[in-house]
Amino acid sequence: MMSNIFVPSFNLARRAFMTRAATTTLSGAAIALLAGNDALAVSNDQNSEAAIAADVEILKTALGAEQEAIAAYQVGAESGLLRQPALDLAVTFQGHHKAHASLLASTVKKLGGVPGDAKKAADYHFPTDQLKSDVDVLRFAASLEKGAVSAYLGAIPLFGNRDLAKAAGSILGDEAMHWAILRQAVGDVPVPEAFVS
Amino acid sequence: MAFNVNVSALLGMLACIALPAAVLACTPGDPVRGAKIYERCFACHAIERDRTGPRHAGLIGRVAGSIPNFPYSAVMKKAGAAGLVWSDDSLDKFLENPVKFLPGTRMGYAGIKDRQERADLIAYLKQATGP
Repeated sequence: MMSNIFVPSFNLARRAFMTRAATTTLSGAAIALLAGNDALAVSNDQNSEAAIAADVEILKTALGAEQEAIAAYQVGAESGLLRQPALDLAVTFQGHHKAHASLLASTVKKLGGVPGDAKKAADYHFPTDQLKSDVDVLRFAASLEKGAVSAYLGAIPLFGNRDLAKAAGSILGDEAMHWAILRQAVGDVPVPEAFVS
Repeated sequence: MAFNVNVSALLGMLACIALPAAVLACTPGDPVRGAKIYERCFACHAIERDRTGPRHAGLIGRVAGSIPNFPYSAVMKKAGAAGLVWSDDSLDKFLENPVKFLPGTRMGYAGIKDRQERADLIAYLKQATGP
């Protein structure tokens, strides 16, 4: 059963957010942090080639995970298991992951790397046989979001470029919100602990 | 009967006291706690399917970088060719600091610094990925 998170007031607020988000996609703080920040290239001149290459590898790994998240939300959206407003929520979160992937790919290019392409949906081999209800889909999405939070948390200390670490922290915050809202949606305590790991 | 001592257990305890290198063996992992820790891996890994990272099924005893057609880093393949096999010990070292253990690995993760957490995770992996 879905929890009562989707009360009318929440929906109104969410619609307002989505409207605002639609007009600000790819023009917010993330652009300044990553793709639109020309200072990034300058600051990287101060780093060794090896450090930049290491940063690129981290970004490429993160990009791969974001591409998979996009595909997973697509599977969820097309499953027929999600009703409104959960469907809108999934599509909104997928849009965030698309924005993350776009920024990561452009940053990889800016740093001289070659971003990987997304796989075909079938090649991700999602456990669709285990997704029987809306709650299953949302729990699966929540597990990916939690994993993403942990992955970014584990990557941040490794970035040679502190601007990249800051940007990864920005993405981490967004995905932690996804995780919490998905937990709330299935009736779990939305924020189960004081720290993420 | 009052002195019915399990000799193996006693020797094990003595080894733990005498040999700092055996400390890991003194903190047996808990697979239940390890399952929770494994949730941190969900962005990139799964037991049964390759994702951004390789599948973990059959991990223990597997040569590093050896899943056919998985796009490993060059260093992971090289390590496997040089004899790196995933075991309690090698996983413990890798998970503590992947990029230090294998510079150039695509696992851009700072690592699990808590020894007990690593032991728990490895216990879970052994339980969940075995044949």
